[in-house]
Amino acid sequence: MTTATRTLPDTLENPYALSHLDALEAESVHIFREVAGEFERPVILFSGGKDSIVMLHLALKAFHPAPVPFALLHVDTGHNFPEVIEYRDRTAARHNLRLHVASVQDFIDDGRLRERPDGTRNPLQTVPLLDAIESHKFDAVFGGGRRDEEKARAKERVFSLRDEFGAWDPRRQRPELWSLYNGRHAPGEHVRVFPLSNWTELDVWQYIEREGIELPEIYYAHEREVFKRDGMWLTAGAWGGPKEHETPETRLIRYRTVGDMSCTGAVDSDAATNADIIAEIAASRLTERGATRADDKLSEAAMEDRKREGYF
Amino acid sequence: MSTTTETSATSLLRFATAGSVDDGKSTLVGRLLHDSKSVLADQLEAVEHASRNRGQDAPDLALLTDGLRAEREQGITIDVAYRYFATARRRFILADTPGHVQYTRNMVTGASTAELAVVLVDARNGVVEQTRRHAAVAALLRVPHVVLAVNKMDLVDYAEPVFAAIAEEFTTYAASLGVKDVVAVPISALAGDNVVEPSAHMDWYGGPTLLEHLETVPVGSDPSDEPARFPVQYVIRPQSEEYRDYRGYAGQLASGVLRVGDAVTVLPSGHTTTVAGIDALGTPTDIAWAPQSVTVRLADDIDISRGDLIAAAPAPVPTKDIEATVCHLNERALLPGAKVLLKHTTRTVRALVKEISYRIDIDTLEQRSGAQGLEVNDIGHVVLRTAEPLALDTYTDNRRTGSFLLIDPADGTTLTAGMAGEAFDTVRATEPDEEDWV
Repeated sequence: MTTATRTLPDTLENPYALSHLDALEAESVHIFREVAGEFERPVILFSGGKDSIVMLHLALKAFHPAPVPFALLHVDTGHNFPEVIEYRDRTAARHNLRLHVASVQDFIDDGRLRERPDGTRNPLQTVPLLDAIESHKFDAVFGGGRRDEEKARAKERVFSLRDEFGAWDPRRQRPELWSLYNGRHAPGEHVRVFPLSNWTELDVWQYIEREGIELPEIYYAHEREVFKRDGMWLTAGAWGGPKEHETPETRLIRYRTVGDMSCTGAVDSDAATNADIIAEIAASRLTERGATRADDKLSEAAMEDRKREGYF
Repeated sequence: MSTTTETSATSLLRFATAGSVDDGKSTLVGRLLHDSKSVLADQLEAVEHASRNRGQDAPDLALLTDGLRAEREQGITIDVAYRYFATARRRFILADTPGHVQYTRNMVTGASTAELAVVLVDARNGVVEQTRRHAAVAALLRVPHVVLAVNKMDLVDYAEPVFAAIAEEFTTYAASLGVKDVVAVPISALAGDNVVEPSAHMDWYGGPTLLEHLETVPVGSDPSDEPARFPVQYVIRPQSEEYRDYRGYAGQLASGVLRVGDAVTVLPSGHTTTVAGIDALGTPTDIAWAPQSVTVRLADDIDISRGDLIAAAPAPVPTKDIEATVCHLNERALLPGAKVLLKHTTRTVRALVKEISYRIDIDTLEQRSGAQGLEVNDIGHVVLRTAEPLALDTYTDNRRTGSFLLIDPADGTTLTAGMAGEAFDTVRATEPDEEDWV
């Protein structure tokens, strides 16, 4: 056998060139199949946001023509966009997938959780999430987190070990070499798996465009009644806005990320198609979390703290 | 649509940086991100804020790669931070490894997936012990391309002889380790010379800037040079009305090219058959190549499951006896007699550490025999015996089918990274009296 020393330019003359989307897709599919091969009860966290939609799309391709061998799990804050909930239910039905919903509202109603003074429910998702993982005995939980999103995620593993409390201990994270993922865990522990670890926001949108993936319409420019809080455009609604001093107005906006209505901000945008959005992101001077997530502005280490407690 | 064709026809380069804080590595990484416009306003604002809090006037680009609070509080470094940036020509994944105590382990981890390693030296100090170590790790992990970035040229008056001497010494050393492609670039990460923009101070340098080189270095090897290796991850059997008899083997090509009609051997059983069909994630195709993920259908009904290897000739001979170069990753020493799990491609088997033949001094590349065990960060040579045969290639031939992990069966900890075969041609025994066969 010979050692390969010859290399080829990544141009059209090279018949074996792979685009960055092909390379990322191949890696993500490999991760899904590793989990299917090594775990008993995996589940995909599915919020109806673009990252989880891309995850599901990759899973569908990974196991074609067989069905995806995982269920879906959504942590519903009770303040989700109705368009997104509708998309979630329609998608689960279309692919004949089992959808588990863990409801923050249920936990508030029976006293296991208390509403926060600021009204945001994002941090409240951790308890119902861990409860669902424990009660369904999920041993691998796919999340759509990307390392480019935030500093605390930049050092996250593809296979991230969580203890029996769902907590992330940096000391117990395992070095990941080559494409060898070590998913061994004790009973009661689970592994968070991030198939999109190496994708950026732009990659995700380019892939959505290339694959013709349908998204909830709130990702595209539309007119909506919004009001300004902490420098972000929030949707008026029963969740607790606007307050007296906040004035609602109708603006042409779109959502760059989709989460709880209380902390997900819209951006002024006339981007109506995927191509418009790709152009908009390529020119953007703000990261998606910086532009749209109030919860990450809580403190410099807000994400890191939530992650250690067992957040997504 | 026109916008996407402009931005999506790019390749992906994974690379690693090696160097300590003193060499200006964080500043270099910050400079690459900043000058390629990959640092956005809110991130820069956070860095400016943190810099002001520390009493600095200018934003400290090193803070862009600053660690987590958990690391600072616990006095640990998490091995590798991944950074992402893109130019019009290419997408980059940078494995940024901290240069502290755990250095060898961290760099081995970062280099394992890298196609290029940037080794940083301080122009005032030249090639030092640590530089030789970085070159050795890059050579050990078979990183195909190495860039020597001679930093702080501004502090040696941008003098060509300083650069030329360092470049010469490093290139000679790297070549002796078997590194085939070395490019040296004189830079100043702080001032920005030759990182993204060409330097106005070094007319004598006619080569590419660091970023230009990263954008144009060839990605990957030619798959047609290597025999096909396809580790089976998962068996796809829909058992639906439409696909009643479908039986496909899902996996990612570790190397080579696979075509419909190719003769293949299934290992470790040794059965031979031909490729009946290839499905590229839902679309039938007649050819696939590394590193594509596909599903392969075979002409004969053979019992195949996860962990098997579908291989084109010349196929490896399955063996239970493995000699390998390893890097020990864990605080607990690896000792002879240890019973471990060995994870190779998609197969995990029990294994016994029969012998720790010698430790390799990564600074001098000398063999040190008589090692009781391997400590964290040690590189060494081991003899293993597995409970079931494995179809390994040597790591020199194949980075994916020649690599493995040793895992603690009790708690699942990843203990050791292994590479089948010999590390360097140049590793030499030193003390003759340690060679008991003399």
